[in-house]
Amino acid sequence: MASKNYLTGLFGTSPVAPIQEHMTLVDECVSKLVDLFEFMSKGDVESVENVYHQIAELEQKADDKKHFLREHLPTGLFMPIERQDLLDALRVQDLLANRARDIAGIVVGRKLKFPEQASTRVIELVKATVETCHQALKVVNELDELVETGFRGRAVHVVEEMLIDLDNLESATDRIQVDLRADLFAVEKELYAVDVMFMYRIIESIAEIADDAERVGRRFQLMLAK
Amino acid sequence: MDYGTTYLVLAVIFGLFMAWGIGANDVANAMATSVGSKAITIKQAVIIAAIFEFAGAILAGGQVTSTIRKGIVDVSGLGATPEILIYGMLAALLAAGTWLLVASFKGWPVSTTHSIVGSIVGFAIVGMGMDAVYWGKLGKIVMSWVTSPLLAGGISYMLFRSVQVIILDTEKPFENAKRYVPYYVFLVGFMLTLVTIMKGLKHIGLDLSMTDSILIAIGFGVLTTILGKYLVSRVKFDASADRSFHYANVEKIFGSLMVITACAMAFAHGSNDVANAIGPLAAINSIIQTGELSQKSALPMWVLLVGGVGIVLGLAMYGRKVIETVGSKITELTPSRGFCCTISAASTVVLASGMGLPISTTHTMVGAVLGVGMARGISSLNMDVVRGIFMSWVITLPIGGVLAIVFFFILKGFFA
Repeated sequence: MASKNYLTGLFGTSPVAPIQEHMTLVDECVSKLVDLFEFMSKGDVESVENVYHQIAELEQKADDKKHFLREHLPTGLFMPIERQDLLDALRVQDLLANRARDIAGIVVGRKLKFPEQASTRVIELVKATVETCHQALKVVNELDELVETGFRGRAVHVVEEMLIDLDNLESATDRIQVDLRADLFAVEKELYAVDVMFMYRIIESIAEIADDAERVGRRFQLMLAK
Repeated sequence: MDYGTTYLVLAVIFGLFMAWGIGANDVANAMATSVGSKAITIKQAVIIAAIFEFAGAILAGGQVTSTIRKGIVDVSGLGATPEILIYGMLAALLAAGTWLLVASFKGWPVSTTHSIVGSIVGFAIVGMGMDAVYWGKLGKIVMSWVTSPLLAGGISYMLFRSVQVIILDTEKPFENAKRYVPYYVFLVGFMLTLVTIMKGLKHIGLDLSMTDSILIAIGFGVLTTILGKYLVSRVKFDASADRSFHYANVEKIFGSLMVITACAMAFAHGSNDVANAIGPLAAINSIIQTGELSQKSALPMWVLLVGGVGIVLGLAMYGRKVIETVGSKITELTPSRGFCCTISAASTVVLASGMGLPISTTHTMVGAVLGVGMARGISSLNMDVVRGIFMSWVITLPIGGVLAIVFFFILKGFFA
C-alpha cells in the first residue's frame, strides 16, 4: 500500500557526520606534511614523492566528500545552524587540504630542500601547523555534542575553550614563522634565488594553513552565537 | 428496510477495510518515532500497538466516533428516507479509502481524518443540501487541524527546552537524567487517564465526579512515574559508550522510557483514528437497528470492536513492515528527541479526542518534531514536507467531497 512515507521525508540528511568525516580526511592530509618535510630534510627524494601521492589521494577523497555534502544540503532544509555557515566551514576545511597538496607539489616539482640552518625550524613550523589542524578537527568533532544540547549550556563552554586553544596554537605558528624567515634571510644570499623564492612561498602557505584552521574554528563561533 | 442486512454487511466490510488501512499505514507514523530511536524493537512496537490501539479505541474512542457519526451533518431533515444517509456514509468510507490509497501511494501527506470529514461533507451537500452541514462545527474541526500541530509543536518545544535546562546542559547530565526523566512520564499517565475517565468510560457505564477523576488520574500518573523509575534504574552507565559521543548514556535513559511513551502514543492514536473507520459504520448501524434517524442512540460495543480488530489485523499483516521502514529512516530522532515529540503528540491527540475533535495524528507528530527543531535540537529537517501538509489541508476536503459524491450516486443508482 504505502510506497512512500512523509514522516521519513521530514528528516533530511544530517550534515554533522559528513562534515566531521571531511575534516578528519583534511586533518590526515595536512598531517602528512610532517613526513614530507622530514624526508625532505634527509634528502630522501623517493619517499618525498611517495608522501606527495598520499597527500594528493587524501585531498581527492576530501573533495569527493565535499561534493557529497553539498549535494545533500538543499535550500529547503531547516537546520540548527545556518546553511551558509556550514558551507563556508566546509569550503575553508577543503582549502586546508588544497594548500597541503600545493605545498607538496612545489616540494616535489622543484626538488626543493631547505638549507641546513632552516631545516629543523621548518619542521617545527609544520608540526605546529598540524597541531592547529588537529585542534580544529577537535572543534568540528564537538558538533554532534552541540546539536545534542541544542547549542546551549555546557557543550558550548567546552567548544569555547577549545577555540581559545586554537587561537593560541595559531599564534605559536606565527612566532615560529617569523624566526624561520629570519633564519632563511641570513643565508639566502648563498642560495639559488628562484629556490629561495619558492621557500618563502612555502612558508607563507604553511602559515596560511594555520590561519585557515583557525578560520574553521571561527565559523563555529558564529554558529554558536545564533 | 429492504436491504438492511446487505447495508450492514457492506458497512462492516468497508469499515474493516478502512481500519485495516489505518493499522497498516497510519499506526507506523505513531510507532516509528519509538522504533527509529532504537529504544524498542519492531516486535515490541507491534505488540504495544496492538494492545494500546485497541484499548484507546475502546476506552477513549467514543467521543470522536460520535462526532464523525452525527456531529458534522444534521440528519433530521431526511425524515422518511434514511437510506440517503446509509448511501452517504458508505460512499464516504469508499471515497476516503480510495483517496488514501492514491495519497499513500504517491507519498502525499494526506490524513485519514481529513479525508473522511471531507467525504461526509461532500455527500451531505449533494444528498441533503447545504443546510444539512453543521458549518460551525465543521469550522471548529478544520481549525483544530491547524491548531493541533501548533499545540504539539509548542508543547514539544517547551518540553525539550526544559530537558535542556534540567538535564542536557548541566555538569552531570547522566545523574540528572536518571533523577528527573521519570517525572516527565507522570504527565503522560495523568493526561491519558484523565481524558479516558472523563470522556471515554461513559461507554462502559462508569460515571465519576470531577474530583474522583482527577484523583484517579494523579494515581495513574504516580504509577507510571514509579514504573519509569524502575525502568531507568535498570540503565547501567557504560563509560566506553561515552568516549566518542558524550551523551550516549544520557540517551539510553530516555530510551528506557520510550516503552511508556510508545504505549501512550498508540493509545492516543487508537482513541482518535479508529473513529474514522467506525463512525460511518456506527451511523449506518443505528439507522438499521432502529429503522429511523436517531441522534441519541448509544454506540454499541461491537462497532468499536470492529475498528479495534481491523487495526490490529492491518498492523499484523502489513504494519510491521511499514514500521520497520519508517523506523529505519528516522534515526535522526534520538531517544531524547523522540521522547519529547511522543509525549507532546500523544497529549495533544488525547486532548483532541476528549473534545471530540477528529485530528490527524501524523500532522500532530510532524508539529511536535518541528517544535524540537525550533529549539535547535535536530540536525536537519526537510521543510518541503511542511509545505505538503499545508497543501493537503487545502485539497483533501474538496477531493474527498467530490469522490464521495460520485460514489453516492453510484450506490444510490444501484440500490434505489
